Amino acid sequence: MTAEENKNDQWELWEVFLQGKTGEAHIHAGSLRAADKEMALQNARDVYSRREKFENIWVVKSKDIIASTQKDNDSFFGTVEDKIYRHPQFYKLPDGMKNEFKK
Amino acid sequence: MNLKNKNVVDYLLQLGDDRLILGHRLSEWCGHAPILEEDIALANIAQDCLGQATFFLNAAAEEIGNGKTTDDLAYLRNPNQFKNLLIMELPKGDFAFTIFRQFLVDNYTFLLYQQLQNSKHNQIANIAQKSLKEVKYHLRHSSEWVLRLGDGTEISHEKSQNALNELWAYTNELFNENEIEKKLAEENIAIESFKLKNEWLDKVTQHLKTATLKILENKEENIFNGRSGKHTEHLDHLLSEMQIVVRAYPGAKW
Repeated sequence: MTAEENKNDQWELWEVFLQGKTGEAHIHAGSLRAADKEMALQNARDVYSRREKFENIWVVKSKDIIASTQKDNDSFFGTVEDKIYRHPQFYKLPDGMKNEFKK
Repeated sequence: MNLKNKNVVDYLLQLGDDRLILGHRLSEWCGHAPILEEDIALANIAQDCLGQATFFLNAAAEEIGNGKTTDDLAYLRNPNQFKNLLIMELPKGDFAFTIFRQFLVDNYTFLLYQQLQNSKHNQIANIAQKSLKEVKYHLRHSSEWVLRLGDGTEISHEKSQNALNELWAYTNELFNENEIEKKLAEENIAIESFKLKNEWLDKVTQHLKTATLKILENKEENIFNGRSGKHTEHLDHLLSEMQIVVRAYPGAKW
């Protein structure tokens, strides 16, 4: 088998997200290979959830994730630090209000 | 030990040895499974089996008393003192063989523990109840693989059919009538496993059919009988590996 054929024989790559408690966000745990969604779910359970109790697992094909690229970075995130007025610390509180908060 | 007590001990050994020997066989896959994810899955299941074995052997050691420990029972008995079914001790074979053994045994264990939850023996009922969750997952895992391998490629189908043919002869033993079970069933401590046969056969047959596999007719009775300590030579080899450290260094601690 050539390297190229071998590559095509690999099972699909999946990303695994775990939720600790109801209402919490699912957090990316890692990835794995599986031939279909049931196998992906079982493998996720076996590989990532064996030492802690979880509430829920998501698996999603890695190829279905749309990711930004390095060249998006400037226009996406480049000016964030310039916009200090988007943080509450930018605004000065009137003295009276400060005392209100201290109570 | 009085007779009733001896029967309970023997029954606990049956239950424990089945899980200990199967768990050990499964653990032989560690580092050798076809893919990383499956390696972890099989090791998880092996750990579950060994955990269940510990519970049952622990309970047996308590019934025996006289300072007998769980480790004594696991590591210092000879092959003819083990009461596991033969299907548990067969060498791990190829991946298909391991998966099909798991599938046949998982179905059996699931039905067995479901019944044992109602045992009048508190420990047996408790162990069965907490182990059932694990067995339910084992069954899901092996059932999925049976479909994939049986109804997969030409090669996987052939390997599956071969594994099934080889294993099928050993499934009679799961449902043999057995004096100890019979005695204890009268007191609602045990369940007679032959009563599980029809349900087991229905479930297994249906699933194997979906996996496009054929079941052979069981013609000959196996001359061995694991429950009474008559084992294949495979158990000797398994135990000599499993027990070697404890036997070579008696009382060693680390």
